[in-house]
Amino acid sequence: MLVLAIVAVVFFLLPLVGLLARTPWGELGSLLASDVVVDALVISLVASVAAVVLSALLGVPLAWLLARVAFTGRAFVRGLVLLPLVLPPIVGGAALLFALGRRGVIGEPLYEATGLVLPFSIWGVIIAVTFVSMPFLVITVEAALLNVDTRYEGAAASLGASRWTVFRRVTLPMIGPSLLAGFVLTWARAIGEFGATVAFAGNLQGTTQTLPLAVFVSLESDRDTAIAISLILVAISLTVLIGLRDRWLTR
Amino acid sequence: MANLIVVVVATLIVASCGSANDVAQIQVSAASSLSDVFADLEVAFEDANPGTDVVLNLGGSSLLREQILAGAPIDVFASAGMEIMEEVEAAGLTEGEIDVFAVNHIEIAVPPGNPAGIVGLEDFDRDDLFLGLCAAEVPCGRLALQSFRVAGVNPTPDTNEPNVRSLLTKIEAGELDAGVVYATDVIAGEVDGIAIPSDVLSSSNYPVGRIVGSPNPTGAADFIAFMFTDEGTRILLSHGFQSP
Repeated sequence: MLVLAIVAVVFFLLPLVGLLARTPWGELGSLLASDVVVDALVISLVASVAAVVLSALLGVPLAWLLARVAFTGRAFVRGLVLLPLVLPPIVGGAALLFALGRRGVIGEPLYEATGLVLPFSIWGVIIAVTFVSMPFLVITVEAALLNVDTRYEGAAASLGASRWTVFRRVTLPMIGPSLLAGFVLTWARAIGEFGATVAFAGNLQGTTQTLPLAVFVSLESDRDTAIAISLILVAISLTVLIGLRDRWLTR
Repeated sequence: MANLIVVVVATLIVASCGSANDVAQIQVSAASSLSDVFADLEVAFEDANPGTDVVLNLGGSSLLREQILAGAPIDVFASAGMEIMEEVEAAGLTEGEIDVFAVNHIEIAVPPGNPAGIVGLEDFDRDDLFLGLCAAEVPCGRLALQSFRVAGVNPTPDTNEPNVRSLLTKIEAGELDAGVVYATDVIAGEVDGIAIPSDVLSSSNYPVGRIVGSPNPTGAADFIAFMFTDEGTRILLSHGFQSP
């Protein structure tokens, strides 16, 4: 058993070792300061933070609905929300394009009415990364809500607190740690997204080119830049996951 | 537990041996712009040579180069443009001669009916249109930029797609008003084409070669020879390629 477990650890360690072995340590500083990298970092940060905010605004109420309200079709809605976790991201991106693109099912009427075009803009990036990362927040919060002792909420309500006050002063603090873990996980997933972004928002340095996209394009001609950016992404992801420890696994 | 592992591993070994003996596979890495023509070449070759199985590995030429440089077991490599093949050759990974089997011009692609009324390369610096190009790092993008340079136009694309097929899909869907793709893509896709004048036109020579360490060298040679027969040439021309 131990041997197999060690093999598993090595399996996960190898790509990291490969990356570190090829890193051009001498030029790393100047590579990380180049236009391509800085532009990509800014777009990735803006989009991933926006994804967390959007996910919180929409995901927390959704999680509350799934955890607290028994309605017909709840299983279907839950399945729908978890779909982006299972769907290949590029399929998600293509589907978003057919729905929200300029000639999309919803995108075309939107364009005719407001002139708003979502692809090829930072909004496209935000929508694409939110689509793939919000499910993380919804699951985490739903699980947390299901584990909350509802008697506390009942007690607060019986003492005269309104629904919103109960949520704000009783429920939210109780799911606090899980909520935070959910935010961090959502953010980490959003910053790593590639397929949905390139399919829906496109790839333009300074507008829609995120860190993963910059890696992919750099891989074609400038391996050193690709490695430098990959290191940033690995560092971010590892920090997040180690920082969370078991918080997102155990309840 | 140990018995289970032995049985599983043995089954996998037997299964993989079986497939290698039954059919002679030929691993062909080909650039994305060769997707349709190589699909037809695959069918025609397998019909003419029963017992062979051509396995196509399609992608951006540079990605395919990376795979070969990393030691992927490829028999035949066909790239879009000479530069990438020359890089593989310089790494000592090509076997024997490299031959140019086709030429591909670039062409402007627009959604059917040309809704934005695109006229030529000069429309590519307009901000009111949604325009796409291939990323500068791939051959299709390099050729487009070359033509723009000669024509004296400074393009302002809204996206630089990592491969030409995703660019084509977005033009077909009407999400982009125009893009620069290959003449073969215009034929393959549901788009209309606008020819680029020959004085600013760029084209790509498509080379094909065998790879060192190829698992099936005879198969590789046979497939390449087939590409240069009358049947092979007919298939190439039918997809919009020009003869070298």
